[in-house]
Amino acid sequence: MQAVDYRQINRILDEHRRDPLRLVQILVRIQHDYGGCPPAVRDYIAKAVNVPQAQVHGVVEFYHFLSPERLGDYRIYLSDNITDRMLGNERIMAVLQQDLQVRRGQPRADGRVHLDYTSCTGLCDQGPALLVNGRPITRLTPALAGEIAERINAAEPLDAWPAHWFQVEESLRLAGPVLAARSEPGRALQAAFQQGPERLLKEIDRSGLRGRGGAGFRTALKWRVSRDAPGKAHYVVCNADEGEPGTFKDRTLLTRFADEVFEGMTLGAYVIGAEQGFLYLRAEYGWLYPHLVAVLARRRAEHLLGHQILGHDFNFDIDIHLGAGAYVAGEESALIESLEGQRAVPRTRPPYTATHGYLHQPTICNNVETFVKTTLIARNGADWFLASGTRHSPGTKLLSVSGDVARPGIYEYPFGVSVQTILDACGATDTQAVQVGGPSGTCITPLEFGRAISFEDLSTGGSFMVFNRSRDMLAVVQNFTHFFAGESCGFCTPCRVGTQLLRQSIDKIMAGHASARELADIAETASTIRSMSHCGLGQTCANPLLDTLQRMRPLYESRLTSLDFVPGFDLDGALAPARELSRRDDAAAHLGQRCDELGCIVNSEGAGARR
Amino acid sequence: MNGNDFTFVLDGENIRFEPGQTIMEAATQAGIYIPHLCYHADYRPRGSCKLCTVKINGRFGSACTMPVQPGMQIDNDTDELTAMRRRLVQMLFVEGNHYCPHCEKSGNCQLQAVAYHVGMTDSHYPHFYPLRQLDASHPDMLLDRDRCIACELCVRASLESDGKAVFGLAGRGSRTRVVVNSESGLLGDSDFSADDVAARICPTGALIPKREAYLRPIGARQYDLRDIAHNAPPDPPSPEQMP
Repeated sequence: MQAVDYRQINRILDEHRRDPLRLVQILVRIQHDYGGCPPAVRDYIAKAVNVPQAQVHGVVEFYHFLSPERLGDYRIYLSDNITDRMLGNERIMAVLQQDLQVRRGQPRADGRVHLDYTSCTGLCDQGPALLVNGRPITRLTPALAGEIAERINAAEPLDAWPAHWFQVEESLRLAGPVLAARSEPGRALQAAFQQGPERLLKEIDRSGLRGRGGAGFRTALKWRVSRDAPGKAHYVVCNADEGEPGTFKDRTLLTRFADEVFEGMTLGAYVIGAEQGFLYLRAEYGWLYPHLVAVLARRRAEHLLGHQILGHDFNFDIDIHLGAGAYVAGEESALIESLEGQRAVPRTRPPYTATHGYLHQPTICNNVETFVKTTLIARNGADWFLASGTRHSPGTKLLSVSGDVARPGIYEYPFGVSVQTILDACGATDTQAVQVGGPSGTCITPLEFGRAISFEDLSTGGSFMVFNRSRDMLAVVQNFTHFFAGESCGFCTPCRVGTQLLRQSIDKIMAGHASARELADIAETASTIRSMSHCGLGQTCANPLLDTLQRMRPLYESRLTSLDFVPGFDLDGALAPARELSRRDDAAAHLGQRCDELGCIVNSEGAGARR
Repeated sequence: MNGNDFTFVLDGENIRFEPGQTIMEAATQAGIYIPHLCYHADYRPRGSCKLCTVKINGRFGSACTMPVQPGMQIDNDTDELTAMRRRLVQMLFVEGNHYCPHCEKSGNCQLQAVAYHVGMTDSHYPHFYPLRQLDASHPDMLLDRDRCIACELCVRASLESDGKAVFGLAGRGSRTRVVVNSESGLLGDSDFSADDVAARICPTGALIPKREAYLRPIGARQYDLRDIAHNAPPDPPSPEQMP
């Protein structure tokens, strides 16, 4: 690991104009170059961009992929979505720990290797996956993990590793009108210039296009409100922070349809009168950055971006901002905080992003897929768009299908498609449950496979995870509940504490220590969290527990102890350190904790009784 | 209703408000108490403790951040909300390490007072027993993170009233914590002073002056005598006012 080179840090700072708004971007680069943001570097940066040291500290500690200490030359993050689990990521972790002689979450003694789990990396169709210094390796096997460890132990730089290890496949399984569209950069813009911004907006309005991130807000309404809001400047933001576990359709769109994404943003700018746009790319997709920068450069050369686009009196350019690992940044006001160089904490609404977004100016923030659809509507017209879908959910939806299916990948279906149709197409058999819309969405069982993917029935940002009958659904719930506990930003009480309480509850159930009362408590705690939380994360974090409690209650009941009451305190467990210190492991050194039929604590057999 | 009708309904009572006021401001002006911890009249509302959650036309929202609209129907003092607020306070208690019986702030503590107000008699949830750093490096002030509820009032007061930015929040989720703006991270190495407004703003005992702990005995303190709902807004007492 090289020593901190302050000339290089100065270069990074200058590249970002020592602009405090670019603090997250600066720290992402520092983390990449030095493997961490240690105190001396943080203080240097704080002075250089003129913000309090505590702010730099706060930002570094907020994001998963920034660290307050240096983590090493090789920083490995193993994806820990439930689909990675099902594909054996725990075995991969065991091999890496063994072969690298490192323990998860703790730097290796020589300080060169760091290994940990991370939330879903958006590679569920080809898991188990990991990121090493931001670069993806998919379809891991224990053998491949061993080879990776060998190269790391030999201190071989990543560029010398086999290039095909870093290949990411894009499996387009079923193409609808979007995936079948041929890329013709600029055609949608030409069509827009012919009709003018007002008619374009009316056309988008007539198409009924709704936000593809999952919330389903009317795109045209958002744009109109933003356009009409007074401000010093208007901004366009593309939300490419695809963090919902099990979603990877934006990865495909950014890889194959980057032109359509950028063109959609440009159309948005044309309608609302913006000159600056941002694409906020989740850290896990950082490996797409060079590709996206190249597409932007080509579009500038083709006069599709920059000054006087296609010769018209219209200037617009796009900057790519990298995330640094935070699911909550997918919430649009948190995303904007991050764009401004802050911790990604959701803002208080009202006011809304449309009128008070980036720098508190009118801003449209839309999902990657929404911008692609805007481009296609501008190119092909609203009628073309309205030809598919349902009355309240026109058009198609890209679904990221993963889990127990023969053919994982991207499927494009008109809204209104039934879950069963998708299951048949992707080769799912003996299906026990489907998680539609990711952990924050809905878990359904075969009784409901006739339900439709649409805003009016099963709303989804694109995640579609399938579980067959061999799976333990409570392990799924546990994975999701841990996910929320790890991703809560900590701003509001109900989510900060409540996600931890739910995590404790499911762990207690899985360990066989829970009683019937636990289940009633979960429902009550969940209702407080859902009603009082500040943003969608807290409002949905109990869904995995509540959905399965409602639909699969016997699964829970089979794990309960038969008693009405179980003490929350594990006396025997608490005595473990004392036994270790006193080197005693005889029967009398164990105090079991059992209850008699009246609920009184009695010692377990062989402990007190034998004394 | 015409454009000049600046009234709304709070627990069935018609309340007048001034345009631009939040629900909290209008209620306070009308002498109605809505439980809160992170709200303070002198600072921009943050809306994070969520104790002031009310039902606005049937939907939950924070009273401290939501602007009043004419005709709004708001529920505040209901059994449903009190039960949920009790759970929130219990969450705050188990999340940190709060030792009321021997805490110097007992009786002057808003967390404790709100807990009494919402009828909390036990902690309900298992305690987290977190390990948090105590900072006694400052000659006149103690920063005991065990009692911190991450309300950010010290952060706001230092920034907005004292012009200093002594504090900030770091970490995330349940590891969110107050950090100090000095190279060592210690309060004693910052430019914090016991005369700062931020030194008297903490609603709990997390940021507390040294050598004043028991000048007034427990039992004769602000919230020992009257429920927090009937106390004057808790202005930070100036040092001269301290008994």
